Amino acid sequence: MKKLTTPLTKEKVRELHAGDTVLLSGTIYTARDAAHKRIVELLDKGEPLPLDLKDAVIYYVGPTPAPPGRVIGSAGPTTSGRMDAYAPRLIAEGETGMIGKGLRTDAVVQAMQEHTAVYFAATGGAGALLSSRILEAEVIAWEDLGTEALRRLKVQDLPLTVVIDCAGHDLYKEAPLQYKKG
Amino acid sequence: MRNIQAEQITEVVKRLCIKANIDLNPPVEEAIRKARETEASPVGREILDQLLENAALAREQNLPICQDTGLAVVFVEIGQDVHVEGSLEEAIHEGVRQGYTEGYLRKSVVRDPIDRVNTKDNTPAIIHYEIVPGDQLKITVAPKGIGSENMSRIYMLKPAQGIEGIEQAVLETVALAGPNACPPMVIGVGVGGNFEKCAYLAKKALLREVGQYSEKPFWAEEEKTLLEKANGTGIGPQGFGGTTTALWLAIETYPTHIGGMPVAVNINCHVARHESEVL
Repeated sequence: MKKLTTPLTKEKVRELHAGDTVLLSGTIYTARDAAHKRIVELLDKGEPLPLDLKDAVIYYVGPTPAPPGRVIGSAGPTTSGRMDAYAPRLIAEGETGMIGKGLRTDAVVQAMQEHTAVYFAATGGAGALLSSRILEAEVIAWEDLGTEALRRLKVQDLPLTVVIDCAGHDLYKEAPLQYKKG
Repeated sequence: MRNIQAEQITEVVKRLCIKANIDLNPPVEEAIRKARETEASPVGREILDQLLENAALAREQNLPICQDTGLAVVFVEIGQDVHVEGSLEEAIHEGVRQGYTEGYLRKSVVRDPIDRVNTKDNTPAIIHYEIVPGDQLKITVAPKGIGSENMSRIYMLKPAQGIEGIEQAVLETVALAGPNACPPMVIGVGVGGNFEKCAYLAKKALLREVGQYSEKPFWAEEEKTLLEKANGTGIGPQGFGGTTTALWLAIETYPTHIGGMPVAVNINCHVARHESEVL
């Protein structure tokens, strides 16, 4: 497994290939559809963002509430397709990494190729395991969104798989063909 | 007539919400363990290992298995000789409210599909009642995540499409679900009835324990065939390619109209939560 740290520069992105497994460490952000919508609204208005998108990694997750003594609850990925309407805009603004699960549209893949970004999958339904790799969590904007608020996380060895790389190779399309019967 | 207090029902629903979300159903865990032995893809085996590790961690640390702790779907089988002291419906919602709050579960319900304001306590539950003989009350809580629910489908087939049509519908749904439904999946299929009965049958099929075939021999055979075909799609764990696309497939059927053959496919993820208690 490849070790990877944030910030995720475009040089690092170019070295990642669909099918690679990586352990990601450093600072990442959480956002789902509602927070993405607000980010795009701010960009449209030319107002400052609560996070710096340059070389940033966004994890699509809505965690469960943190029980006493923990920094965060269960924290696995949500379906990425719901962010597809917004992702190309964020990628154009400097976002280099997305973490989620499930299929992406062609528009997202094109933006990734054009601006050098990567799409990782975390294991869907492994929320307790992924939570154990999160060392710090802090809401940095939009607390009113509850689980969907924008958070800054510090992660250590978050296990991920590269699904779509910046050359446009897609593990979801290519790998199942090897195991298909009939 | 046997009296049951509403408060007792609240207590049971609360307990079941928490247990279902934290403690992976043993037959599901066993199915993952078995799949780990036969999975052909190395990445697929790695994912199945993560799922087993996740289940153990969730239990040990009292954390939800998955952060999408779902809509609370509650099935109530109420004996016709039972009388509930107080409001049965309110008792169930209260149980969900307490379970999701005290269990640190995620509240994922919005009060209206368009204004999307969170109700902040995961109510209302989705409740299905069935009246049965006797004086007992059985409650099943089946929290259902939206990732897999969003990939579910219903088909109004023509009778001439026969069993091939049913297989096509199921396999098309599985293919379209792909990685979005967090495979390995558990697949619930409803065949017959009408539009809403068929969807209900598909959901009921998900309540059957993993490993338990239909009592109808023809349909038990079809469950085996379809499970094998689903695993032949190559989608594999998390859609990364492999031989374990589904852990289980259950079919529930009901008589239907001479002119129709509804088929509903309710996809569940590998967490496949459901817990029951009898009062």
